[in-house]
Amino acid sequence: MDTDEIKFSARGVQVYYGDTHAIKDVDVDIKSKTVTAFIGPSGCGKSTFLRCLNRMNDTIDICRVEGDIRLDGEDIYNRKVDPVQLRAKVGMVFQKPNPFPKSIYDNIAYGPRIHGLAASKAELDDIVEKSLRRGAIWDEVKDRLQAPGTGLSGGQQQRLCIARAIATEPEVLLMDEPCSALDPIATAQVEELIDELRTQYSVVIVTHSMQQAARVSQKTAFFHLGNLVEFGETGHIFTNPVDHRTESYITGRIG
Amino acid sequence: MSDATRHSAPRTSLYTLSPLTKRRNATERRFKAYGLIAISIGVLALLVLLTSIFNNGRGAFMQTYVTLDVLLPAEKLDKNGNRDIEEMKAVSTFGYAPLITNALISRLDEIGFATDLKKKEIGAIVSKEAAAQLRNFVLANPDSLDTTVMFEFLAGGRIDGYMKGRVDHESAALDNKVSPEQLDIVDALVAAGSLEKRFNWAFLTAPDASGQRPEAAGLGVAFLGSLYMMIVVLFLALPIGVAASIYLEEFSKQSRLTDIIEVNISNLAAVPSIVFGILGLAIFINFAGLPQSAPIVGGLVLTLMTLPTIIISTRASLKSVPPSIRDAALGVGASKMQTVFHHVLPLAAPGILTGTIIGLAQALGETAPLLLIGMVAFVREYPAGPPEGFFDPASALPVQVYNWTQRADPAFVERASGAIIVLLIFLILMNAVAVMLRRRFERRW
Repeated sequence: MDTDEIKFSARGVQVYYGDTHAIKDVDVDIKSKTVTAFIGPSGCGKSTFLRCLNRMNDTIDICRVEGDIRLDGEDIYNRKVDPVQLRAKVGMVFQKPNPFPKSIYDNIAYGPRIHGLAASKAELDDIVEKSLRRGAIWDEVKDRLQAPGTGLSGGQQQRLCIARAIATEPEVLLMDEPCSALDPIATAQVEELIDELRTQYSVVIVTHSMQQAARVSQKTAFFHLGNLVEFGETGHIFTNPVDHRTESYITGRIG
Repeated sequence: MSDATRHSAPRTSLYTLSPLTKRRNATERRFKAYGLIAISIGVLALLVLLTSIFNNGRGAFMQTYVTLDVLLPAEKLDKNGNRDIEEMKAVSTFGYAPLITNALISRLDEIGFATDLKKKEIGAIVSKEAAAQLRNFVLANPDSLDTTVMFEFLAGGRIDGYMKGRVDHESAALDNKVSPEQLDIVDALVAAGSLEKRFNWAFLTAPDASGQRPEAAGLGVAFLGSLYMMIVVLFLALPIGVAASIYLEEFSKQSRLTDIIEVNISNLAAVPSIVFGILGLAIFINFAGLPQSAPIVGGLVLTLMTLPTIIISTRASLKSVPPSIRDAALGVGASKMQTVFHHVLPLAAPGILTGTIIGLAQALGETAPLLLIGMVAFVREYPAGPPEGFFDPASALPVQVYNWTQRADPAFVERASGAIIVLLIFLILMNAVAVMLRRRFERRW
């Protein structure tokens, strides 16, 4: 494996919620321009681990993270790292679509504004349009950019959130079950989008749907009870799992 | 009953109610009835309260005025004839009172009403306030001397009472402050159009008056005092309360200390208001040396009292903002502070505003702590404009109500009820604004 391609490398990551040991000694490497899927039964820690990657767990008082997570070789839990700067590089899309109760335009423009990415109104307009196009929602909303983002349908809202996340030009995009609240058509649209995003970003997606993981990802990690059981090429994991727990899960015996 | 017996029970029709269902329905009906009874009692009590206050206080908004042409003789009011204001001030209101009496007598002659009442008794129809009004006019317009000027004077308190039906010939016969003969004069003056009842703006603008002249008493000073206090409360309690809540809710880590602070904030909300008065007396007046009866002290005390209300409602509205909004903002790389000020606070604003206005309304109606810091004093001077005015003695609306209910003259009962109506109107207005803000700015997510 070429080390240049590695975006995130995690070594010996432990996460505790109070007394609960939620993530146990996880090592994982996430490559750039790749979709990495985290699968596993509910409560196995895949979302928790995802939230470690942009330090969203910092907002939870009782959560404690140990171990070493490096983004481009830099320890993201280093004292000198401001999580705000990290999150500008590592964008996130959440399980439930959560547009701001503002206009569609402002939803997208918010990130670029606070990071000072646009020098003028025209530049900002440009970023908004580009992001919405990449979010595959431009055609649906171009005539109502001033309409509230909360007025869109669920699938549109989620694509808006993805567009919002890529508006700040992140290097990695974390997606926490982005399709769990969507219908099959919207899911297909989002999956198509993820596939396109792969050309520019490193995408990490948590999903409950093994079909989805098989469809969109190149690498898959299977989590079980806080352990990373198996990590490898998606094709391998689904056709030729090494660990019996992985096999049980993908064949539906545990879950 | 075990499952087995239930399965073997005979088939029942949906059209007949089982005893259990009947019992359940009866309980539900009873519960609804209790609720209706409770609400009816509440509404009835409110209606009785409002009707009685309205009936008592309605009169305060009308006032009886006597219109008279008064001759202002220079030889009496300016003995030296050089129109020097300082010299003219030597003539006290006692020098002016006979002029009014004379004007009244000549008016009675004009309309051909003969009376054998003494001069002094005729003069008593007009309020004692009238002489002061006349004197102020002459001192302000010395050129008016030796001319005849038309004035509208307040009628005496009893005369006003007669016009409003509070006093009649029978009760006047027993009253040493008014006689039936005086009331006959009043009837004649009304017939001649010199005496009439009009809307009483002075009730809202005039300062308080002594116990001898209820007809002149108004809410002006109390009004300003309350307004100043509300300004102080708004500008202190809102920023402090909101800042404290944001810190506690969004920034502070859960710890023993914050737990203690939280519990104590809730406790403070339950502390009797008079305790805040004692605190204000001890700290702001005795220790900090701020003046007594001043709106600044009242405002500070009420701020302390309002803070817990504002903090509790602000925290509740911050809590009600869904965490997904915070995640969304943090996810695009907003800092904690940007998250709070760009997203959480605007969404919580309607709740915060409502809480603040309700807190202010509470403070506006608060009496007990103000009694302790001397705002119950009799104040006739308007406080100056802000900011100096915050340190001038003033009264407050609820204290004025309390004050008037303590006075002997029955006319003050009417004034007190009138003041309650004014206070209630303000409270209703403030609550209406709170509801409006809530409706207007409430956003869905």
